[in-house]
Amino acid sequence: MKLDLKKLKLRKVNETLQSIDPKKNNKNYTILNPEGNHAICVGLTDDIDITVKGHVGYYCGGMNQNANITVEGNVGTGVAENMMSGKIHVKGNASQSAGATAHGGFLIIDGDASSRCGISMKGIDIVVKGSVGHMSAFMAQSGNLIVCGNAGEALGDSLYETDIYIKGKVKSLGADCIEKKMDNKHLKKLENLLKKAKLEKLKTKDFKRYGSARKLYNFKIDNVSSY
Amino acid sequence: MKKNKKTFPRQSWTFDEYTNSEIRRAAATGIYDIRGGGSKRRLPHFDDLLFLGASISRYPLEGYREKCSTNVTLGTRYAKKPLELEIPITIAGMSFGALSGSAKEALGRGASIAGTSTTTGDGGMTPEERGQSNHLVYQLLPSRYGMNPDDLRKADAIEVVIGQGAKPGGGGMLLGQKISDRVAEMRTLPKGVDQRSACRHPDWTGPDDLKIKILELREITKWKVPIYVKIAGSRPYYDTALAIKAGADVVVLDGMQGGTAATQEVFIENVGQPTLGCIRPAVDALQDLDMHRKVQLIISGGVRNGADVAKALALGADAVSIGSAAMIAIGDNDPKWEKDYNKLGTTAGAYDDWHEGNDPAGISTQDPKLMKRLDPIKAGKKLSNYLKVMTLEAQTLARACGKNSLHNLEPEDLCALTVEAAAMARVPLAGTTWIPGINDN
Repeated sequence: MKLDLKKLKLRKVNETLQSIDPKKNNKNYTILNPEGNHAICVGLTDDIDITVKGHVGYYCGGMNQNANITVEGNVGTGVAENMMSGKIHVKGNASQSAGATAHGGFLIIDGDASSRCGISMKGIDIVVKGSVGHMSAFMAQSGNLIVCGNAGEALGDSLYETDIYIKGKVKSLGADCIEKKMDNKHLKKLENLLKKAKLEKLKTKDFKRYGSARKLYNFKIDNVSSY
Repeated sequence: MKKNKKTFPRQSWTFDEYTNSEIRRAAATGIYDIRGGGSKRRLPHFDDLLFLGASISRYPLEGYREKCSTNVTLGTRYAKKPLELEIPITIAGMSFGALSGSAKEALGRGASIAGTSTTTGDGGMTPEERGQSNHLVYQLLPSRYGMNPDDLRKADAIEVVIGQGAKPGGGGMLLGQKISDRVAEMRTLPKGVDQRSACRHPDWTGPDDLKIKILELREITKWKVPIYVKIAGSRPYYDTALAIKAGADVVVLDGMQGGTAATQEVFIENVGQPTLGCIRPAVDALQDLDMHRKVQLIISGGVRNGADVAKALALGADAVSIGSAAMIAIGDNDPKWEKDYNKLGTTAGAYDDWHEGNDPAGISTQDPKLMKRLDPIKAGKKLSNYLKVMTLEAQTLARACGKNSLHNLEPEDLCALTVEAAAMARVPLAGTTWIPGINDN
């Protein structure tokens, strides 16, 4: 089913996608002429496949549950923000705060992601085939961030329990973020996630793992210079 | 030899007993003091205003006999289902985690009996709270702890929190000792870890972004429920104007006496503006944009009784919100726990280390033994009693001013006891027609 944003209002498009009757409705949707519109495909709950033909604005796929969304273009700020489950595949680049606070699901970005990719992420798995900007995985709590390119300044600042895997260079690490040993458990996890992103050709041994030193988990005045 | 007479020992006004104790505490511990309870210094407040009442020039209404309506509708601008409240006093956001599950349930029960709303907080929505709250406002905070779309769709309104009166521009910290298994699970963090709440939202920055964020929330909730924007009392004119521009249905404005947020003492006492000084600039913004009474204004920060409610409404608010007062109503700082307060080095009425999780009243704690001290049903009843008393008090004052609705109160009904209050509230100094800054000549 085709939903043309030149002919339909955003509310009608989202309403259609938010009100799926599994017995009656098609499971495949194509959104035409997104033209940078914001809040496309937000609050979806059903296991449906959506292809967005073009660039989108802020919060595409926000708070997604179960839906499988492919954007054939670039995405604005906060793609997949607070996603709970499902999958979002961005074929272009992503602006800042991609996957922010997301609790689950899978986000793949074929291009680069700007600053704060994975900020406060709470369980999502993010694979960025290009590079990520500064302050990525800031205060990230859980889940995995995999970057096949480089990472900008202050990677993983004030990190909690998210695992970060970087193939390229890291400009600098943020407070309490350190390089960690890659054991078999982590290699296996990375391998699975790369496979899920159809990046089987990449070698897990080329990645480095970063995580929390856990020194800032409980406030101590002696650590004040770290903040 | 004759002994010289000595003068009486004179304490310094600048280095008073409390200041000296704080210097000694800082020197001993090497860390700043964190507490709740809001600003404790003397600030211009609603106490500095008086109602004039009716006489020959104004006609009063009969107390207890003539109608004085109290209901208010919040969210009339865009929401398909605005909140219809019986009283203009709501319960402010306080988190599960900071408060026990029983305390949150008590707040929901009390608010529901009284016909008003309660609000979640950082840490998500609990089933106890949702189950007992007829009107529940779901907060979207920078941390997004426990934020999920299922709960979002269960909410009767959504409050985008940008600031809190106790700490405009500041984030928060829930200490590890309050992170029980349940709190940890809801916030997706390990047990016992200090949980920092960010001061900025992770996926938007300025007012133009906020407008898009609000659009997203409306799209997820199908434009059904009102979207509030909560701001701290820092620059109330501009912040209110920007919240309106961003599409808020309701602006919640929290002055520096707002007390349930724990943060540094130095922050609480030195950042932000008193509630009294925030109301008129916010109303100016609403009026300048022709949005007064179209976008509703909720005022919070130090509201304690019906007189405070009536004065806030007279200055242009549509409703008020209470946090500290609600906690006291359900049993916080009750003298019956004095021995326990003494063990914590404090006394009933002054206990403000709510963040540490040792609350003798069983409210701001996750300790199962302490939590048992709070019966949510009895505590809820106390809160509803208190809300009803506040409402009756406000009605009494409104009738005395000749008003058949609390929302008909107006600045003209007031005078001020101090020059400062007169300037902030823009009402005449008592016994004069002088409003500082308005009619100085």
